[in-house]
Amino acid sequence: MSGPSYFLVYDRNAGPVDLMNKRAVFKSWWLPMAFALPQLLLIFFFFYWPATSVLTWAFSLEPAFGGVGERLFVGWDNFRDVFADTEYWRSVSLSLFFAFSATALSMFIAFVLAICVDRQLKGSGLFRFFYIWPYAIAAPAVGLAFRFIFAPESGLIAVVNTWSPDLWNPAKFGSHAMILVIVCFAWKWIGYNFIFMTAGLQSIPRSLIEASAMDGSGPVRRAFDLQIPLLAPTLFFLLVLNLTESFVGPDTYGIVDLTTEGGPNKSTDVMVYRIVSEAFRGLNYSGAAAQSLVLIALIMLFTFIQFRYVERRVHYK
Amino acid sequence: MAEINIRDVRKSYGRTQILHGVDLDFKSGEFVVILGPSGCGKSTLLRMIAGLEEISAGEISIDGRVVNDLEPRDRGCSMVFQNYALYPHMNVAANIGYALKVAGVPRAERQRRIAETARIVGLEDFLDRKPAQLSGGQRQRVAMGRAIIREPKVFLFDEPLSNLDAKLRVQMRVEIRRLHKRLSATSVFVTHDQVEAMTLADRLIVMNKGHVEQVGTPLEIYHRPRTRFVGSFIGSPAMNFFESTVAADGNFVLLDGIRVAIDAALGSANAGNAVAIGIRPEHCRLITAGTANSIPAVVDFVEELGAGRIVHVEIDGQDFAVAMDEGQLWEAGSTVGLQLPAQHIHLFSLETGLRLDDVPSLKRTMKTTVAA
Repeated sequence: MSGPSYFLVYDRNAGPVDLMNKRAVFKSWWLPMAFALPQLLLIFFFFYWPATSVLTWAFSLEPAFGGVGERLFVGWDNFRDVFADTEYWRSVSLSLFFAFSATALSMFIAFVLAICVDRQLKGSGLFRFFYIWPYAIAAPAVGLAFRFIFAPESGLIAVVNTWSPDLWNPAKFGSHAMILVIVCFAWKWIGYNFIFMTAGLQSIPRSLIEASAMDGSGPVRRAFDLQIPLLAPTLFFLLVLNLTESFVGPDTYGIVDLTTEGGPNKSTDVMVYRIVSEAFRGLNYSGAAAQSLVLIALIMLFTFIQFRYVERRVHYK
Repeated sequence: MAEINIRDVRKSYGRTQILHGVDLDFKSGEFVVILGPSGCGKSTLLRMIAGLEEISAGEISIDGRVVNDLEPRDRGCSMVFQNYALYPHMNVAANIGYALKVAGVPRAERQRRIAETARIVGLEDFLDRKPAQLSGGQRQRVAMGRAIIREPKVFLFDEPLSNLDAKLRVQMRVEIRRLHKRLSATSVFVTHDQVEAMTLADRLIVMNKGHVEQVGTPLEIYHRPRTRFVGSFIGSPAMNFFESTVAADGNFVLLDGIRVAIDAALGSANAGNAVAIGIRPEHCRLITAGTANSIPAVVDFVEELGAGRIVHVEIDGQDFAVAMDEGQLWEAGSTVGLQLPAQHIHLFSLETGLRLDDVPSLKRTMKTTVAA
């Protein structure tokens, strides 16, 4: 038995045992199965089953009230229906708009905060601690909190409506509703982005910042000339993650569900929300399944584009 | 070209004070080296001049202007960092020219000056390379180029040679000195390497534990160390010390029961005082055992240096290093006579560590006695 000796432990019966290379052989078949079963069941029920269901539903006409009747194979008909629907295309563009705006807002604010903390201004240790918190809150909770804050008639923001009626009313204006969900999402993800950016900024040697200070650049110039280029790998990673998460993530669903419910007049009916509500409220399983597949394809395309064209410009040290 | 005046400058982090009131004046165009062991506050002092470290108390002025509250870029200093601090994503030309770019110097002018600077530091053929593609010595040159392109009034060097191998270090040392001759800007160079300090300095400042121990030319500091610390810190191998008491009635101290003559004037002035006696290895002499005026010693071991050797002898359990040229060979284990010439003996107070034959009027903030 070869291998690093520091993994050796002494077994009273078997003598020295190398933990790294140890091959335990079970004497019976049911014990290992019993150990593996919970995880296998979880994967089966929550991944393989739904995934195959989505695949079959997307190409068949699924009865609305359960699979009692005959399942009719319809080929690409579900997709044709989805693509023919102008509402669907509106949802796609809303999703794209939401994803890009929320990502941009969240990353921009997180970057500014991270730069400020990195400058070690007074109290930055405390702020670093607090900035991370929002990420620990579940999206629906964020949605609920923001629903109260941004309620046009009774929330903290209601005061603006006393200056001029309907200055802020997400229940009435689609644009306001969209701003609301974007702000919610950005607020939650700022913490996450902030952690990574702070860690990235900390890995830039202090002497580089000092050298640039000696060379005459101020904080803003330094951010553009030094910190952004050196942080590029981190920024790229966060870009992919934020876009994906805002496009299809559970946070987006949770926030939309608890603040606007896709309204008013479907102006915040982003793709994830539309799929869930069509499947489980509209009971259109087949249509929703087809939309899910399209969404997956879009995400793959998205990520491909990012890696193909954006990552090249990222300067890895 | 600028004068730097440092007035009672202190630095503390919380309650820990690491600079205890430093007073120094650097003349315009001078090459000053600050030497001290790590943690003595020398780098902190340099960074305070640069503006990278806040000044807790006191005043620093450059060219007569107090710079305490000025941003680094407004102080007219440029700095070479220990780890070079090159911008890894920029090529050599961009690294060197960054300060000009920030200052908004037009492109053509910028390129002309980059080319000129690259020529001075010998990097013409490397302008398109990234720092990662350069050797240590070349990176060092980029860092120097970046410092000189701004034509600063003051150059600050923060242990710039400590990351280089021994051979390159000697070479860069010569280049730095040559560069200073050419640009003659006031230069402050921080190091813990005494050879660098001795060879580069017009004036040498020795620091220890946040205090300035001595200011002077390298030779003054070598020949007349003002404190026991300076005596032990400068010189290689280090100065030999032994502790004794000045005889009450004569001009000698006892070492292992044998009289060692000291300067007559000193002896009578300090009769009865406990002292630390220092003598450099290169000033000790070994002779045949039993010769008059010598102390019997046993040869412990011999270090061969090629050009000479260091003989370690033992007297009464105390080690003495004696540096000698080639010549007579001393066998380990043999008994020899050690001579300590009176004119090379340094006397330090055992209590304060101060040199005893210092002219009393010279205070801690002493001026150099030799005009530079």
